Amino acid sequence: MHAVVLLKQILDWELPPQRFRIDPATKTPPGDLGPKLLGPFEQNALELGLQLKASGAVERLTALLAGPADAGEALRKALAVRADEAVHVETETTDALDPSQTADLLVAAIRRLDAPDLVLAGRQAGDWDHGQVGYLVAERLGWPAVGLVWRAELVDGRLHVWRTGPSSTDRLAVRPPALLSVTSHTDLRLRMGSVMDMMAANRKQIARWTPADLGLGSDELAAARRLEVTDVLVPEVERDCELIEGESASETAARVLDRLAELKLLERRT
Amino acid sequence: MILVATWDADELGRAGLELLGAAARLGAELGEEVAFVSLAGEGAASAAGGYGAARVFAFDGDLTASGCEGWVAGLAAIARDLEARIVLLPADELGGEAGPRLAERLGGTAVSHAVGLHAADGSLAWTRPVFGGKALATVTAVAEPVVATLRRGSFEPAEPHGGPVAVETLPAPASDGAVELLSSEAPASGAALEDAQVIVSGGAGVGDGEGFAQLEELAELLGGAVGASLAAVDNGWAPPERQVGLTGKSVSPDVYFAFGISGASQHLAGIGGAKAVVAVNSDPDAPIYRVARLGVVMDCREFLSALIGELRR
Repeated sequence: MHAVVLLKQILDWELPPQRFRIDPATKTPPGDLGPKLLGPFEQNALELGLQLKASGAVERLTALLAGPADAGEALRKALAVRADEAVHVETETTDALDPSQTADLLVAAIRRLDAPDLVLAGRQAGDWDHGQVGYLVAERLGWPAVGLVWRAELVDGRLHVWRTGPSSTDRLAVRPPALLSVTSHTDLRLRMGSVMDMMAANRKQIARWTPADLGLGSDELAAARRLEVTDVLVPEVERDCELIEGESASETAARVLDRLAELKLLERRT
Repeated sequence: MILVATWDADELGRAGLELLGAAARLGAELGEEVAFVSLAGEGAASAAGGYGAARVFAFDGDLTASGCEGWVAGLAAIARDLEARIVLLPADELGGEAGPRLAERLGGTAVSHAVGLHAADGSLAWTRPVFGGKALATVTAVAEPVVATLRRGSFEPAEPHGGPVAVETLPAPASDGAVELLSSEAPASGAALEDAQVIVSGGAGVGDGEGFAQLEELAELLGGAVGASLAAVDNGWAPPERQVGLTGKSVSPDVYFAFGISGASQHLAGIGGAKAVVAVNSDPDAPIYRVARLGVVMDCREFLSALIGELRR
C-alpha cells in the first residue's frame, strides 16, 4: 500500500497558560511565543505509518503538509524517521485556513500523488482543536474512515484497526482505500531518528507545491471556507485555593474529608 | 427543524438531556421545532417526547455493524428528510467522527466541541475551547446546516415538557461492506466517569500502575470512579476510556480529586463542570491549584495512602 500521513506544525502545546496570549488583531497567538513543533497526534499518526511500513503492510509512506513555508520542519522530521518522501503545499503565511480549506488543499495534493490507498491523520491538531480535517478529507475522497485508531494490521487485504469508543475498545476491519484518524497511545510514541537518518533527511528533496499548482487559487480557497472566527479570548480561571495542612499525612487527610463534608460535597462516613 | 441525535439506547442520558436543552432554547430563538433520533434504541427516543421533541425517531436494525458508516448514512438521510438547519450531537468519541462527516455530506458546516451558543437575529455564534483549552474561540458557520457537537457539562439539561410522542421507525441504511465491526469489548471494570459524583483521578505524579490500583481502592471506598490524565494513559497506567480532558471525557462530579496531575490546560478543559477540585501535588506551583477549591501540597502517593487509611479507620 501507499500511505500518506497528514502532518501539521503547531505552537508548543505544553506552553504554560501564564505565557499564552492571543493577538487581538490577528486572533491568533503572536509569533514570539516560541517555535512550532510537529503536533502530538500527528506524531502518533506518523508512528502508526512507520509501524505499518515495518510490518510490510505499507510499501511507501509519504508525509504531506499544507502550511506556511516555516512549517516544513515537520517534514524533515518525518524524513528523519524514514518516511519515503515529503510534500509541502506552501500557503501564504497570512492565511489562517479553516478545516474545510485545509482539507481542500490536502485532497487536491492526495489526488496528485501516486494512487495512495491509505491516509493517516492525527485526531485533532492541538491548536484549533477542530478534529475535522481527516474526516473532511475522507468524505471528499469518498473513502470510508475510522476514528480514534491506535493500532492497525493488514489481514487478507483489509486493515484490522483498534479504536477507542465511548465505553469500549472496538476492533474493525476496513477495506482500503480508507482514512484512519489516529489517537495517542503508549505504543504510538514517535521513534527517534538516528543521526545518520537525520543527516540523510537533510539531503532529501521536499516536493513543494503551491495551492495554484493544485488548481486552488485564492478565489477557490475563499469559497471553501466554512467557519469564521469572530473572537478568541484567554479566560481568567484564577480561583482561591484553600490549602489544607496537618501535623501528619493522616491528619491532613482527615481535614480534607471534614472540609468536604462541611461544604456538603462528600458525606463523612466515620 | 433542529435535530438532536444520541447513541442512548434504553433511556436518555445526561448528555442527551443537555442536547435537548440546548435544542429547546435554540428552537425557541429560531422558531424551529425539535426532532430527536436515537441511533441505538427506541427507549431513549420514546423518552425524548417528554423533553420537548416534537418528532422522535429510532432506527430499525444495527447501525454499529459498520463502524461510523451506518450512523453517518442514517443521520444524513433523516437530516435531509427533515430539512434540519441544525444537528446537535454529543462531543464524545463517536460524535467527534460523525459530526464532521455528516456536515460534509449535507454540504454544511461542522462545529466541534462547542461549550456555548448564542443566537441573535437569527444568526448563531458558537464558543469552543482552542489551543488545548488555553483559549475560547467564538465561531460562526458560513453554510447551513450546522452540525455541532456539544461538550458534556456545558449546557443546561432540558426540563420535562410536552407529552409522549409516537416513535417513528427508520430503516437502517444498507452497508457497502467497507467497514465491518469485528468485536467490541467493554472495559473490565470500574464505574462510569460521566455520571460519577466523586472522581479520583491520577496523573504522571502517581508514578506507576500500582498507584492506580490504590486509586481504584480509594474510588471504591468513596463510591466513585477512577479517572486519569493523558500522561497517565500514555504511560499505560490507565486505559484510554478513563482519560479526562479535551481529548478524553468531560466530567461533572461533586468532587474531583486530582492526584499528581499538574493541570495542563487540556486536562482542565475536561473538569470545568466539577463542583470542587481537590488538588494533591508535590509542586506548590502546579497550575492545578489555580482551579482547585482545596489543595494539599504533599507527595500524592503519601496522601493517597493516608486518605485510604483514614477512610478505613
